[in-house]
Amino acid sequence: MIPQIIKNFLDSDIGYSFIKSKVAIVSSIIFLTIVLISLFAVLVAPYNPFDPKNISLMDAFTPPIWSVGGSIDFILGTDQQGRDMLSTMIYGSQISLIVGFASIIFAMFLGVFLGVTAGYLGGRYEIIVMRLTDVQLTIPSILMALLVDGIARGFISKSLHDDMAIYVLILAIGISEWPQFARITRAATLVEKNKEYVLASKIIGLSHVVIMIRHILPNILRPILVIATIGLSQAIITESTLSFLGVGFPPTNPSLGTLIRFGNNFLFSGEWWITFFPAIFLVVLALSINLLGDWMRDALNPKLKVR
Amino acid sequence: MTFLKINNLDIEYQTRKETISASKNVSFTLKRGEIIGIVGESGSGKSTIANAIINLIDKPGKITNGSILLDETELCNNEEVTRSIRGKKIGFIFQDPQTSLNPLFTIKDQLVETIQTHTDLNYEKALEKSIKLLTEVGIENPNKRIYDYPHQFSGGMRQRVVIALAISCEPDLLIADEPTTALDVSIQFKILNLLKKLTVDRNLGVLIITHDMGVIAEITNKVIILRHGKIVEHGETHKVLSKPSSMECKSLVMSVPPTNKKINRFKYLSPEGKQIINTSINLTKNIIKNWGIRELSNKKLLDFNNVTKVFDEEKILSTKDVEDKIKALDNVSFNIFEGETFGLVGESGSGKSTIAKIISGLLPPSKGEIKFDNLSLFNPKNKMKIREFKGQIQMIFQDPYSSLNPRFKIKHIISEPIKFFQKNIDNYSLNQNINDLIDIVGISRTSLERFPHEFSGGQRQRISIARALATKPRLLICDEPTSALDVTIQAQVLNLLKDLQEQLNLTILFISHDLAVIRQMCDRIAVLKKGSICEINKTENIFNNPKHYYTKELLRLMPKIESEF
Repeated sequence: MIPQIIKNFLDSDIGYSFIKSKVAIVSSIIFLTIVLISLFAVLVAPYNPFDPKNISLMDAFTPPIWSVGGSIDFILGTDQQGRDMLSTMIYGSQISLIVGFASIIFAMFLGVFLGVTAGYLGGRYEIIVMRLTDVQLTIPSILMALLVDGIARGFISKSLHDDMAIYVLILAIGISEWPQFARITRAATLVEKNKEYVLASKIIGLSHVVIMIRHILPNILRPILVIATIGLSQAIITESTLSFLGVGFPPTNPSLGTLIRFGNNFLFSGEWWITFFPAIFLVVLALSINLLGDWMRDALNPKLKVR
Repeated sequence: MTFLKINNLDIEYQTRKETISASKNVSFTLKRGEIIGIVGESGSGKSTIANAIINLIDKPGKITNGSILLDETELCNNEEVTRSIRGKKIGFIFQDPQTSLNPLFTIKDQLVETIQTHTDLNYEKALEKSIKLLTEVGIENPNKRIYDYPHQFSGGMRQRVVIALAISCEPDLLIADEPTTALDVSIQFKILNLLKKLTVDRNLGVLIITHDMGVIAEITNKVIILRHGKIVEHGETHKVLSKPSSMECKSLVMSVPPTNKKINRFKYLSPEGKQIINTSINLTKNIIKNWGIRELSNKKLLDFNNVTKVFDEEKILSTKDVEDKIKALDNVSFNIFEGETFGLVGESGSGKSTIAKIISGLLPPSKGEIKFDNLSLFNPKNKMKIREFKGQIQMIFQDPYSSLNPRFKIKHIISEPIKFFQKNIDNYSLNQNINDLIDIVGISRTSLERFPHEFSGGQRQRISIARALATKPRLLICDEPTSALDVTIQAQVLNLLKDLQEQLNLTILFISHDLAVIRQMCDRIAVLKKGSICEINKTENIFNNPKHYYTKELLRLMPKIESEF
C-alpha cells in the first residue's frame, strides 16, 4: 500500500520535479527530521528539561562539548539554570512547530472561507471583505499579532496567562496571516468561477454551497498549499519574535524564541551558545520550509513547467 | 523556381516517458509566387514544421534528420544563419493579432525598428517605407494611423499590421500560422485576398498552416495533408480536395461540412476503406424507457420575446437610461418549437452567447420576457415552478478543456446531476442510468473510473453531452460545441447530436459562427448582427434565397467548399 503510494508519487510530474531538485530533497529531509525529532522529543532528547530532578544549578553555563570546560553529558552546553541546551531546543522546537501548524491552519480556514465566498458571491460582500484584507495588509503582521496578543491578555486573568499562552499565540498569529489566504483564494476562485464546468453546475441547478465546496475548492488547492507552506515558516518566525519580545511563551515552557531571548542576555559575557544554537536551529527550520515552499510553487505552477 | 526545399525532415520531442515524433520524413518544395497550404488535425505537426524553418522549435524538440534549404542555404540547426534570415528573408504571421504586437509601442516604433534591424535605412527612409507598407496592406490614412497603438486597431486591421510587419524587409518566404483563425468570416475573406494579392505582387512564396479546409480551398495552389507528422497526400489543391487518393485524406474531406447542400449524416470510412454510417439507434432504447416516450408535438417550447440586455447596468453611480448604453442584445425575439433545431449564427460580438446564457438562466435579461413551455422564467412569482423546470434546459459548451471539472471522475461528473434530481435513487438504477448515458454518447464503460485529462477534446465533448442528458432535458443549448474540435471529430459529434435529437425528440438551440455547420444541423436559422436579428427563416431559404443584405454578405464571403461525397 505505502510503497505503491510512493511509487505513484515518484511517477507523477510533481514527483519527477522533486527528484530533479536537489534543494527540494535536502530541505524536505531536514524539515522531516526536525518534525520527527520534535514529535518524538520524549524519546530523542537526552533529558527532560522540565523535570526538576534533571536540573542542577551546578551545571549552569557549561560550554559545548568541544570548548574548554565542556562536558560529555551536555553536548551543546547548558543554560543559566543548568538545563541541557539540546533537550531544551528539541522541546522548544516542538512548541514552535505546534504553534506554527495550528495558527496556519486557523489562518487557512478563515482566509479560504472569506476568499472563496468573496470571489464566488461578489457584490458588496466581496468589496467589504477585500477592503478589510487591504487594511490589514497595511499593518505589519508582527504588529497585528502583538495587538491581538495584547487584547487577549487583557481578558485573561494573570494566573492563567502562562497556561493560555499557546492559544493566545495561535489566535494572534492566525489572525495576522489570513489576508494572504483570502487574496490568493479569491483570485483563484474568480478564475475558476467563470470556467464552463462551474457554469454547467449552475445550469444543472446545484446550490452555491455545493458548487463552492465540491467544485471550486478542490481546484484551487494548489495555490493554497503553496501559501500555507511559506506561511508556516512565517508563523514560526512570528511566534519566535513574539517570544523574543517577551509576550510569547514563559521561561518555564520555552519555545525557540524564548531561548534566544535568554541567551541574548548572556551574549556579551561569553556564553554565546545559549542564544547561538536556538537561533541557528530556527534559521535552518525556516529556511528548509521556505525552500520547500519555493520548489512547490514552481512545481505546481503549470506556467513554469518544464518537461 | 524552387527556393524553399525541405528534405526528409525528422523532428522529435523527447519527454521523460517517451519520444514523440512530430515530423517524419517530410519533404516538399515551394516556388516563388506559389501558396502552399499545410493542413492537418491538431497534433499532426503542422506548426512544428513551420517553426523548424525559422529554427524556433520549443524545447525539448529537436531536428534529428533532414535539411531545410532556402536559396541553397542550409537552415537546419544553424542558429546564426537563421537569425539573420528570420524577419529579413522569412516573414512570419501568427494566429492571434491581439498578442503578436507589443501593446506598449506604436505601430511606427514596431515597423521602423524591424526595418532598421535588417536594413541600413535611416529613420526618415524607414518611416517613409513603413507608411508605404501600411498603404499596401490596405490601412486607410496611414500617415496618421502609424502613430496609433495596437489597441486602437480592430482585430482585422491589426492582422493587416502584422502582415505589413512580416513583409517589411522584403522577405521571399511568408509563413502564416493559422492567420485567420481568430477572425470573423468577413475579415477572413479580406485578409486572404490581401495575402493572395501580395503573393502575386511581390512574387513571394507563401506557406499557410491551417486546420480550415475552407481557407485551403479558397487560397492555396498546392496542399499538403499531414497526419501524425507524416505527409499523407500532396498535390494541387483542387485535385486533392476533389479526388483524394489516400484514405486519411478521403476521410478528412468527407468530414468537412459542405456549404452547398445539406447532407443527412456525415459518413465515415471503415479501416478497410468502405463508407459506413454509424448510428446509435439501438442504444437509445433504455434512455427512452427511462424518460418516458415523448410525443413530437410541434408546439411552441421557448418564447424569447423582445429581450434587451445591457451589461453595465449594475454600476451604482450610472444614472443613464438603458437606451443610451451599448446593448448586447437589442429587442430580440424568436420562438423555438418542440423538436426542431434552431440555429443562431453571427460574428463575434453579435450576442449569440448572451442569448444562450439568458435562456439557461446564467444572466438575467435587462428587459423582455422569456417563456419556457408558457412559464415565464425570471418572474419572481414563479420561483417554485421554475425550480421544477431546472434541468429541462441544458447546455453544451465550446471549450471541452474547461467544461469538465478536472478533479472529478467521469462517473461522478455524470452522476452528480442524476443524484441532484432524483434524491433517493438507489445505487443499482443510478449505475444503470450512468451506463446508459455513457453508451449512448459512444464512450466505453471502463472510462467511468478515469479523470477528464485522460480524454481527447472530442471525447470530452461527448462526456459533456452525457452530463447534459443526465437531467432529462427538453431543450439543449449547444454553444459552438464543435469549434474547438478537428473536422473529423466535429463530424462525429454533429452526427451524435443529430441521432440524439431524432431518437429523443430533443429540441436544440445550435449556436455557431460556422455557416457550413449551421446548414448541416438546423431546421431554422436566425442571423444575428450586433445584438439584433437580421433574418429568421428556414435553413434552405436562407442559403438559397437570402433576403437581408447582411445575410447575403455573409454567404458571399464564407470560404466555399463543395462536397462530392
